[in-house]
Amino acid sequence: MAPPLLELRQLAKSFGGARALRGVDFDLQAGEVHALLGENGAGKSTLIKIVTGAHQPDRGTIRVAGELVDHLTPATAHARGIACIYQQPALFPDLTVMENIALRLEAGAPFARVDWKGRRSRAVELLRRIGAEISPDAEVRSLSMPEQQLVEIACALGAGARIVIMDEPTASLTQKEQHLLFAVVRELRRSGVGVIYISHRLEEIFALADRVTVLRDGETVGTNPIAAINEAALIRMMVGREMTQIYPPSEAAPTEVALELRSLGCAEAGVTDVSFQVRAGEVFGLAGLVGAGRTELARILFGLTPADAGEIRLHGQVIHPRSAVEAVAAGIAYVPEDRRRHGVVLELPIAHNMTLAVQRRLFPRGWLRTEAEQSLALEFIRDLAIKCTGPDAPAGSLSGGNQQKVSLARWLATKPRLLILDEPTQGVDVGAKGEIHRIIRRLARSGLPVLLISSDLPEILGMSDRIGVMRAGRLVGVLPGGSDAHAVMAAALGQEQGAA
Amino acid sequence: MNRYLRELSVAGALGLLLLAMAIFAPGFYQPQPLLSLATREAPTLVVACGMALVILCRQIDISVGSQFSVCGVAAGLMAAAKVPLFLVVPAAIGIGALLGAINGVLIAGLQLPSIVVTLAMMVTLRQGLNLQQQGVFVNLPDGVQWFGLSQLQGQWLVVAIAVLLTVLLGLALRRLTAGRWVYAIGSDAEAARLAGIRPQLGTFLVFVVMGALTGFAAALNLVQAPQVQPLSGSGLELKVIAAVVVGGVAISGGRGNLWGVFVGLLLLAAIAPALIHLRIEAYWEKAIQGTIILLAVVTDSIRGRAPKHPARSH
Repeated sequence: MAPPLLELRQLAKSFGGARALRGVDFDLQAGEVHALLGENGAGKSTLIKIVTGAHQPDRGTIRVAGELVDHLTPATAHARGIACIYQQPALFPDLTVMENIALRLEAGAPFARVDWKGRRSRAVELLRRIGAEISPDAEVRSLSMPEQQLVEIACALGAGARIVIMDEPTASLTQKEQHLLFAVVRELRRSGVGVIYISHRLEEIFALADRVTVLRDGETVGTNPIAAINEAALIRMMVGREMTQIYPPSEAAPTEVALELRSLGCAEAGVTDVSFQVRAGEVFGLAGLVGAGRTELARILFGLTPADAGEIRLHGQVIHPRSAVEAVAAGIAYVPEDRRRHGVVLELPIAHNMTLAVQRRLFPRGWLRTEAEQSLALEFIRDLAIKCTGPDAPAGSLSGGNQQKVSLARWLATKPRLLILDEPTQGVDVGAKGEIHRIIRRLARSGLPVLLISSDLPEILGMSDRIGVMRAGRLVGVLPGGSDAHAVMAAALGQEQGAA
Repeated sequence: MNRYLRELSVAGALGLLLLAMAIFAPGFYQPQPLLSLATREAPTLVVACGMALVILCRQIDISVGSQFSVCGVAAGLMAAAKVPLFLVVPAAIGIGALLGAINGVLIAGLQLPSIVVTLAMMVTLRQGLNLQQQGVFVNLPDGVQWFGLSQLQGQWLVVAIAVLLTVLLGLALRRLTAGRWVYAIGSDAEAARLAGIRPQLGTFLVFVVMGALTGFAAALNLVQAPQVQPLSGSGLELKVIAAVVVGGVAISGGRGNLWGVFVGLLLLAAIAPALIHLRIEAYWEKAIQGTIILLAVVTDSIRGRAPKHPARSH
């Protein structure tokens, strides 16, 4: 039997202190669709980046077609026939399909004569091979997302790709477009190409894949032929894990309803018919896969993409925030995800960051009162144990966990009536994570309703009094706190038994 | 003191220049020529303050030269029609604010790039003015020049007003919440929006203030001569942007202050008379100013690239 197209043995990779991969085994045969499955943060992206040469593994071996490769760069990966089709194709929108394909495939000397005829016939032939009805003269700008993906696949084939990686290719496709893509994937398989197929949609995996490998916490849990496994077993493989961290116990004695959503929806944000209640003093976790609509829901509540259906009641009062300003006035605090970009203003001192959302209250006459600002900042620095040289240090000089605390302090200073936390511990080290969890608990205990969005499943399970699970812009279930990971994951993946 | 390192280094350069003049060309220090220089530069300082606000907001306005000319000519025509000066000055400010508001609506409201909007504004205003004025100077009636005071009193008054305005604006930027918004918007408009600040409104208002200050500067210029030249403001935009950049305001927004701009303008303005007194050909002025600007930008870029010393915690 021929050696596998790709064989990974005991691959490991760490970023700083975080171990993204701990020892992954994986192999891909010619003419096979091999699905890769795992929850957010299981190590799929890191694995892909190693195979495409973007990252170097710390340990382990990579064999391509039986040959040991010890230093894979993007260029050598390309030369060995490894291609990756990303969810958002990286094409040049102003150039035609033919020109895009040519740019990928031609090692352009700056003054080489352009062989337009050759370019065209090659583009036509590649597009025909994958059965794509796209004109080689169409500008990429005018193509739909799946058509652009097909152009990417054509490029990959033209470059002689033997290993094609598809990362969530159907995430933004309609049903009909998906079928077109599936046909192309099957065509690739028939022609002897190996496809690594990453998707959260189990039904796709069962429809398309020959084998499936599940990753969890940077390790291979197992590889099975698709015929020998069912959905329940796959979900069990994805989540079956020990609790690795101790979460502060819930002490919620929930009282009156603080936040109530009734059939809330927003077409622009892709959120439909969401209804739930959060009680004062309760941590309501929002679970779901990336793109399930959790952040979008938070942005609706905060007025960034105003709702166009349903209603929001905060402490019994109907509100329609149409901007962040209105949401803040209504008492909503939103600590956004991606703190590095928008949670704090990196160039401003810590104290200025903390008072940014309360300037009107703290300085009613428009004068900055430095003493008031400093004492507020010192109070929060002490209260949240922010490690810094003082209130005048720029926020950009802090570690990630401390920046997150500054962001949190800014919103606590507003004395909010609803706190929305979006990925509060993403990219934060373990010590700071525990501190942030304790702060969240303390806030809830003081009667603040907290909406906690997190892709970290143990965090959701450990911190939430109740868990709302979202999928494709809808709330598909509300589970009690302390539910097991299996139930949450099943609901997030759209399996009936999980939706309670 | 670390916080003002950048401003202090410009002040140091100015100090060195003044020291060199004291040693090699003490003739530089004559009160009347220096006062005249300060008077001439006073309107530039006022415009530079506005430009600093605009650049702190991570925007740019290259139409200020044309705005300056339009406001100056309009104010001159009013004064020639015997409108009293205490109405002419507010009118110039109002016209400037209106022009700034047009820029502001297009930039903040429609989210168009400020460089393109103000380029269009610059060309349109300039050509419109040429068409209307055909290069003809506006002769001003008696009693307008130096506010009807003696030349010496008038000069002191112009300089005092410009410096006072700079100090007030500098304090406002530091001490008012509105000033904090300017920094927040320029550093990260999206973060500011998420913190409940209105970046679009803030940017719009900054352009209005820029226009109003330009109008006021045109009025300060009007009183310095018996007539108004329609070309008086050409090239002004480059001069003030240079002063702002040399003064340490980051062109990427969010960093800098008016004290630096003040010193930066002094440094650039002192070059020309210094050269005369040192008997160096005047052609060197622009070359030296250009070198100073390059130096400022290069040091800022090196400083900006230096690691931000993350505090080692945990």
